[in-house]
Amino acid sequence: MSTPNTVQTFAPRTMFEKVWDAHVVAEPVGEPSIIYIDLQLVHEVTSPQAFDGLRLAGRKLRRPDRHIATVDHNVPTTSVHDRLFIVDKIANAQINALRKNCAEFGIELFDTEDANQGIVHMIGPELGATKPGMTIVCGDSHTSTHGAFGALAFGIGTSEVEHVMATQTLPQDKPKTFRINVEGELPYGVTAKDIILHIIGQIGTDGATGSVIEYAGSAIRALSMEGRMTVCNMSIEAGARAGMIAPDETTFAYLKGRRFVPQGEAFDLAVEQWRALVTDEGATFDREMHIDAATLAPSVTWGTSPGMVTTITGTVPVLEDARSEADRKSFERAFEYMDLKPGMLVEDIKVDAVFVGSCTNGRIEDLRAAARVVKGYHVATTVRAMIVPGSQKVKAQAEDEGLDEVFKTAGFEWREPGCSMCLGMNPDILSPGERCASTSNRNFEGRQGRGGRTHLLSPEMAAAAAITGHLTDVREWKFDNEGAAR
Amino acid sequence: MKPINIITSTAVPLPLPNIDTDQIIPKQFLKRIERTGYEDFLFYDWRYNLDTPDHVDERKDFVLNKPEYKGSQILIAERNFGCGSSREHAAWAISQYGFLVVIAPTFADIFYSNAGKNGIILARLTEEEVQTLLAKSTANPKHLLTVNLEAQTVTDADGFSAHFDIDPFRKHCLLNGLDDIGLTLLHEDALDKFEAKHNDEFWLAPKKDEAA
Ligand code: SF4
Repeated sequence: MSTPNTVQTFAPRTMFEKVWDAHVVAEPVGEPSIIYIDLQLVHEVTSPQAFDGLRLAGRKLRRPDRHIATVDHNVPTTSVHDRLFIVDKIANAQINALRKNCAEFGIELFDTEDANQGIVHMIGPELGATKPGMTIVCGDSHTSTHGAFGALAFGIGTSEVEHVMATQTLPQDKPKTFRINVEGELPYGVTAKDIILHIIGQIGTDGATGSVIEYAGSAIRALSMEGRMTVCNMSIEAGARAGMIAPDETTFAYLKGRRFVPQGEAFDLAVEQWRALVTDEGATFDREMHIDAATLAPSVTWGTSPGMVTTITGTVPVLEDARSEADRKSFERAFEYMDLKPGMLVEDIKVDAVFVGSCTNGRIEDLRAAARVVKGYHVATTVRAMIVPGSQKVKAQAEDEGLDEVFKTAGFEWREPGCSMCLGMNPDILSPGERCASTSNRNFEGRQGRGGRTHLLSPEMAAAAAITGHLTDVREWKFDNEGAAR
Repeated sequence: MKPINIITSTAVPLPLPNIDTDQIIPKQFLKRIERTGYEDFLFYDWRYNLDTPDHVDERKDFVLNKPEYKGSQILIAERNFGCGSSREHAAWAISQYGFLVVIAPTFADIFYSNAGKNGIILARLTEEEVQTLLAKSTANPKHLLTVNLEAQTVTDADGFSAHFDIDPFRKHCLLNGLDDIGLTLLHEDALDKFEAKHNDEFWLAPKKDEAA
């Protein structure tokens, strides 16, 4: 093993700067820097034209070994049968194109029924393809998820996907740095999802535009890898280029033994390198922000942008709360679209559907948390509720632990892995006017189906809403007979 | 990308502001898997009668369907052209239809960057200049314009002459037919060297041979 090719410098650097410096291939004058990309993740929707572009230009895919692919956005989640015989011809053609392209260009594909299939941002970490210090891209904005491992990971457009295929690099202007310190202990019932929703509510959906966020502080360090991924996943909803969290013992323990992670002595050497990635004492950020974890409460969105956040015991805002004329207009439009009265109690909002899943909250820990709430209860008769594991691995693990039985007994649908109702590109969509408590990441107009209304929240809160039929404070929850309260 | 510099062509006038990418290419075509073949979908909802089966019936009154404008390589529109969704399909449709230049007072940001990646010259002229050109091309479909990228000018034989600004880096790419990929490949030596060294850092690459 050689020494890492970090640039020798004496000035203290941030974690982001260390990863950036180690990937600069060239810095042409008057042009963006050319940055080396260690891993590109590929899925069916944003890749076909990129492959086609390579073919048109007669170019090779430079490093097939630095690409992995899966199918997630379009796949039905209803049953294995429906996945093998996809009714939607266009979706099927897109999936078949990915199969053909992966075979032609030599990319390893984790296909529909592969034991490693899942949402693209789930399988990178599960396989250990996502590791500290890497640069990772994907034609999907939630690529920021992988930053939870101390990787620099961001979403790109189709031309850029092709660029990476052809050159394994991207021209990039250097982003700014922004550290958000969350210090202290999270109160009972408050989760990683609540931290990130609170942050987006504070800084707004363009609050971190042009920046890479480093999440730091004792509350972040106390999070599991699953929780850290939830936080980094939604960085994009604050406008950030990427989100990162320093690797530590939690990270190393998660990675150990996974398929693409070095084994044995090589692993120990890797860990040594990874430890050096943390932000140096005295390094400066373009911007810093501090949050006291003890003041946080379960968060829920009331409107049509992830920045329209309140707490479960709060109220829908009134027009006077708007901070600008533009805000006022969007509030008015959101009240109407969401069919909510200004000033009404959040807990009085009734839901018709509950969705637990997505690359934000479709991990094993999320399903365990939801199952703890559900155990011994039944879904309200007015609610249709579904659990969509983020990956085959999560599904198998949950079934091993009997979580599927807990959900099914309670009246939840137990689905096959995929993006599902997060964006409704497959058949899982809301009907016009339907209201959904969802663990996903976007509550835009029509995101989960034309006319559908979305409230973003944690898996615990989504599970509680499924049982009661309205948004519910999980801190008051009576965990049924199991002494299961945490 | 092909190098591009001087284009002399008739121009299609589309005198509307805020033409968004949904109008340029509607969403049903984003599920297609091809990079090519978007020319038939350009301005789809304006171009075809939507109430006929398969939408094959061209609307005679829409400018692209008028025989006298066929084969034109320049499109002229009003301000904020290409606003809305980021779909690169909009730039693909315009270029595959055969347009090499779009003239307008302003362009939306994302469209501006997507167009550049697809070899389209975007010429920003003043409102007055654009109105003048729209009038000329409407009155006489055979009216020829010359766009000179090197000189950053739009001229005609009647003495019209206007200057446009363009980012020097983007201009360089267009003039030399460098797509971003081509441009990066100018640094292939640096890339090869970097990669040879970088490959040694085992922890950076997912390696299939690490499989248990
Ligand atoms: S789960 Fe939703 S946000 Fe995540 S990759 Fe799929 S569609 Fe995108």
